[in-house]
Amino acid sequence: MTTNPTANEGSVAIRSEHDVVTSRQLVRKLTQQLGFSLVDQTKMITAASELSRNTLIYGGGGDMHWRLRLDGIRAGLTLAFVDQGPGIPDLELAMKDGWTSGNGMGKGLSGSKRLVNEFELASTVGQGTRVTITRWK
Amino acid sequence: MQRIPILQIGKLLLVTIQVDLMDQTALALQDDLANKIQRSGATGVLIDISALEIVDSFIGRMLASISGIAGVLGAASVVVGMQPAVAITLVELGLSLDGVRTALNVERGMDLLRQATRELSDDDEPHGQ
Repeated sequence: MTTNPTANEGSVAIRSEHDVVTSRQLVRKLTQQLGFSLVDQTKMITAASELSRNTLIYGGGGDMHWRLRLDGIRAGLTLAFVDQGPGIPDLELAMKDGWTSGNGMGKGLSGSKRLVNEFELASTVGQGTRVTITRWK
Repeated sequence: MQRIPILQIGKLLLVTIQVDLMDQTALALQDDLANKIQRSGATGVLIDISALEIVDSFIGRMLASISGIAGVLGAASVVVGMQPAVAITLVELGLSLDGVRTALNVERGMDLLRQATRELSDDDEPHGQ
């Protein structure tokens, strides 16, 4: 885990359930550091929780990369959840509310998208999935 | 693995979630509560989530199944103390917690439980309407 407090980016491994909790705690720390409101912190942490669990369960584990965004007057946080798992064959279907390939509620991807400002899903069958989210302060 | 304690006060079970929940801990709580309701004959379950900083779809599902399980075992349940930021996020995430009775705080939750357990015991009365 690389969490140099002065760094603007880093990554953490998501290989166990405990790592899902750790990723949530890291996102809380980062959003607090950026001065996010409590609601915005909560939204970003919840999205991170959904996506890191997806990385673990569907992707077979992977990494969460984080980057502080300090573009001029805007401050934000970008998170990328990357796995080398089986990939998602039908991206459109995967983004539908209520659709799930596992035993979840089918809110992970579509719900996370509603909690952030920018959302990007890229997946190649047999190679893996990358979900990138950004929330601005 | 960490386990969430379940306190018993008369016919009431009280659960206060004070830790950042791992999925396995949430699942264990579901099992422990079901067993405890069965063993104790509790008629009410109060779950205090005021210390929870987030409720994601997994925890939401856990709360929904706990209330379902409790209901099937003849106990009323109520989830209390959700933080406003958590409530806002939950709704935006698209979770409605269908079938989960909620209350603002422990006091109102207890009122709801008393009301619900009265209804339950009324149902047991052969002459009750």
